[in-house]
Amino acid sequence: MRKADHPLFLERESYRRRRLMDAARVAPVITAFLFCFPLLWVGREDVPTTFAIIYLFSVWLVLVVGAYFLSRRLRDMPGRTDRTRR
Amino acid sequence: MGMLNVLVAVSLAYVLFLFVVAFLADHAAARGHAKWLQSPLIYTLSLSIYCTAWTFYGAVGYAARSGLEYLTIYLGPSIVMIGWWWGLRKLVRIGRSQRVTSIADLISSRFGKSNSLAVVVTVIAVVGTTPYIALQLQSVTLALEAFAGEARTSAGHNATALWLAAGLALFTVLFGTRNLDANERHDGVVMAIAVEAVVKLLALVAVGLFVVWGIAGGVGPVMEMISQSEIAVWQVSSGRWAGLMFLSAAALLTLPRMFQVLVVENEDERHLATASWAFPAYLMAMSLFVVPIAVVGLELMPAGANPDLFVLTLPLSQGQDALAMLSFLGGFSSATSMVIVAAIALSTMVSNHIVMPIWLSSQGASAMVAGDVRHVVLLSRRLSIMGVLALGYFYFHATGGGEALAAIGLISFAGVAQTLPALLGGIFWRGATRVGALAGLVTGFVIWGYTMFMPSFGPDVFFTQDVLDHGPLGLVWLRPQALFGISGLDPMIHALVWSMSLNALFFVVASLVSFPTPLERLQGAQFVNVFDHSARPGVWSRGAAEAEDLLVMAQRILGPADAQALFRSEAASQGITGYLPQISPEFLQRLEREMAGSVGAATAHAMIGQIMGRASVTVEDLMAVADETAQIMEYSNQLEAKSAELVHTTRQLRAANEKLTQISHQKDAFLSQISHELRTPMTSIRAFSEILRDGGTLELKAQEKYAGIIHDEAIRLTRLLDDLLDLSVLENGQVSLNMRGGTIASVLDQAMAAAGAENNPMRIRRSGAREDVRLFSDLDRLAQVFINLISNAQKYCDAKSPVLTISVREVEGQLVVDFTDNGSGIPKASQEVIFEKFSRVGSDQAAGGAGLGLAICREIMLRLGGQIAYLPGQGGASFRVTLPDALEMAAQ
Amino acid sequence: MGKRVLLIEDEPNIIEAISFILSRDGWDVDTHANGRDAVDRVKERNPDLVILDVMLPGRSGFDILGDLRNQPETIDLPVLMLTARGQTKDREMAKRLGASCFMTKPFSNAEVLDIVRSLVEGQKAAS
Repeated sequence: MRKADHPLFLERESYRRRRLMDAARVAPVITAFLFCFPLLWVGREDVPTTFAIIYLFSVWLVLVVGAYFLSRRLRDMPGRTDRTRR
Repeated sequence: MGMLNVLVAVSLAYVLFLFVVAFLADHAAARGHAKWLQSPLIYTLSLSIYCTAWTFYGAVGYAARSGLEYLTIYLGPSIVMIGWWWGLRKLVRIGRSQRVTSIADLISSRFGKSNSLAVVVTVIAVVGTTPYIALQLQSVTLALEAFAGEARTSAGHNATALWLAAGLALFTVLFGTRNLDANERHDGVVMAIAVEAVVKLLALVAVGLFVVWGIAGGVGPVMEMISQSEIAVWQVSSGRWAGLMFLSAAALLTLPRMFQVLVVENEDERHLATASWAFPAYLMAMSLFVVPIAVVGLELMPAGANPDLFVLTLPLSQGQDALAMLSFLGGFSSATSMVIVAAIALSTMVSNHIVMPIWLSSQGASAMVAGDVRHVVLLSRRLSIMGVLALGYFYFHATGGGEALAAIGLISFAGVAQTLPALLGGIFWRGATRVGALAGLVTGFVIWGYTMFMPSFGPDVFFTQDVLDHGPLGLVWLRPQALFGISGLDPMIHALVWSMSLNALFFVVASLVSFPTPLERLQGAQFVNVFDHSARPGVWSRGAAEAEDLLVMAQRILGPADAQALFRSEAASQGITGYLPQISPEFLQRLEREMAGSVGAATAHAMIGQIMGRASVTVEDLMAVADETAQIMEYSNQLEAKSAELVHTTRQLRAANEKLTQISHQKDAFLSQISHELRTPMTSIRAFSEILRDGGTLELKAQEKYAGIIHDEAIRLTRLLDDLLDLSVLENGQVSLNMRGGTIASVLDQAMAAAGAENNPMRIRRSGAREDVRLFSDLDRLAQVFINLISNAQKYCDAKSPVLTISVREVEGQLVVDFTDNGSGIPKASQEVIFEKFSRVGSDQAAGGAGLGLAICREIMLRLGGQIAYLPGQGGASFRVTLPDALEMAAQ
Repeated sequence: MGKRVLLIEDEPNIIEAISFILSRDGWDVDTHANGRDAVDRVKERNPDLVILDVMLPGRSGFDILGDLRNQPETIDLPVLMLTARGQTKDREMAKRLGASCFMTKPFSNAEVLDIVRSLVEGQKAAS
């Protein structure tokens, strides 16, 4: 059911803003998934520690850089927009 | 031993340096030059207290023993930080809007400002954190011993820890309890821990670089060494990997010290955005060199060397004393910053939720009127800080700094994580209730204690080996490390799964079956919908409290300056001049929040409740809770706003009308007053001049006396005419001001001399050096105002031994001079009109005065660009003279 | 003569002046400076005449006059009202309440003496 005060189409800018917030919400899920990925190696005896180190730190670095760009765009957004989650 | 002495000297110098940093930062913040202190960078660095000595030393040991598992401790928080938009942002917003002082305060506030809940959280926090503090003391002690190169006697061991604990207590008391309002940040402490954050990162990275390039010879060779080492192959239990990640993520939110820096000390919500990537980056840098150091340590150090100290012993064994010293400072920084913040956080909780409620109930209703509550709060905080550090020390002393401590980090995490369901449930689920939170917390805490905390001391402290193996009283299903017969699990995971799952289960089930009180529902709505600005906070309905009573109480908790500023700004926003606003529910809400910043939500609520006589939630307030009626609510809100506006306007109109009527009565009385004031002296003059004229048998002495009376009365007449003229000139704005520079002190001296203060029984207390303020104004006119106030006090103060206190201070950037006596003050009905012409308090005629003095004072201050007002709620009569922008004027 | 006058007035200089004028004329002058217990004072002293100021600390002269006129022992006592406000309103008020005479400050000494004498003598003649 669509409420009257929620228009079907948004301006391009607000549309982008909402997708950005979606990205912010997905970010921790992706992070958790990537950090839990090594669980697939459990039981195998052939994964060297050096590989695990390289994997984990690379993922970590990528996430930090991703979070940096995301946060710069999110920082100046007013909290009020969060209402759209409803 | 020479090396050790140098080390001690360097450490002391470092500590001194931290003191100076904290002092300068506090100083800068107090003078308002704190922009850079509140930068996102400092905020991020302050979060690094997550990395304690357990990280600095322990991570290497952990890696040497269990490979990459140590990384989970830093991956968990990274997930939380990267997901800030979901959780942390809400937490910080709630923390700021509700002026939360600690995690216990947040949970108590959410669930109907329940103090019992706050007590439970406080107990969990203290039990969970004390061993952790002991761990920090131990790490510094061990590091010192590593330097000394010999195991010292246990007496020396304890002495080091004791000195450290005492020093930290001193630092924390000095910089952690400067100001009362927890929402006024501890800038000094935050700055010091930010510096320490840099030092520990530098130290660990320096050791890492040295190990990789100085010893191993580059990245390639290090990788080679890792592949050759005991931890060459990925072997992590999946339960522990996921479990520890969850646990450390939870700990970031629930550790009292982390809550302190994340939420309470947060200056600006946008700092979180920076921290969301910068803090994971910091954690990554801290963990980067851990494995290389561990592997090289295992290779080079003799078998049996404690891997927990590789960070220190590795540079030492290579003869790199300076590097080792830096490394020691890094560890020292990690330990001290954690202890300081933990002590502040815990002491706030203990003081607000345990000491203050006990003190208040022991004082009964008199707590509101007797003494300055702020001193009690500060004292109880200081004692709590010392108490917390003493507990940490005794824990360290009792366990002898043995192996039991090494595992305490995770145990501590699991303990405080028990508050997670109540915390998350509280901010995301409106259905969560106090009963549910209490049930979950107690369940989780008990299971944690039984399955993790008590067994951690090993057999024969809490449990015998028999109980561990076969359960208490032979009940096998109650074995502490294999509840319900589920054995074979890792003990940590076992305890975590049982405590967290039963905690969450009890929380949810008890919330579902219980029914929340109205206050809980309101708070729930405010917390969960914190981003929804239209949620109207309305808890207090208008009661019978007098604004003056509230002001008296608020002054005792917030301090006079802040309380007066708050009351005046509220009054101003209602369109009323003076310090006593209308008691609206909105104002009570605001006042309660301000006070919560000092004494916690539950206590503030109770104190206002005591003055208001009742804590009432009206049906309209409850309407706000029901989201089903959101639209109706919106509409009725608008109506309500309009009607509130009407009520407000009516109130203002009525006040204006009352004043007008009063003034017109006074205008009427004006002529009759003038007539009286003129005719009275004239009567004496006429009578005595006739007597003298008639001559007769008057003695010379009598003649002189009568001539004297005529003279005095003529002067009195002149003075009256002068006053009248003065007033009329001032009122018409035709006065010319004689502006010149001088100090307040000299104007006051002049006024006291003119008022004959020396020969008057009234004692006058001045504020000494604070009067030494230069100002540029018409000093004679200013002195005229002061003379009037002093001689009024001399005339009207009815105390047995009258005292007038003249205090000069700065309030909201303006210089004010308060004249407060110890008499019975001015009744509220008269406070409104004392500045009108010919108004006298009561029916008593002042000796000699015509009732023009205060009217003239008001006009003078108006001309000088300042203000004079009656200040209610100060004990006696009190007048506040606000000087025109003193500092600016002085510069001219 | 030894006739007694009670002067109820709070301005010390005016007390002094009236006392002087009357005692020089042979009157026995008592003074009282506040309104609160003025009625008791009148009964206690039982004077032949009361000079009563309107603006007194504690209680207004009109109230005191009203009290005096409501009590049998003072109902006929001559009362000379003094006021510095000098409005007709006050004069009417004094008349209504039963003042024997009303004078506005400032007054001439001879005038006061005349009125005091005539009031006391008139009283004597009436009784």
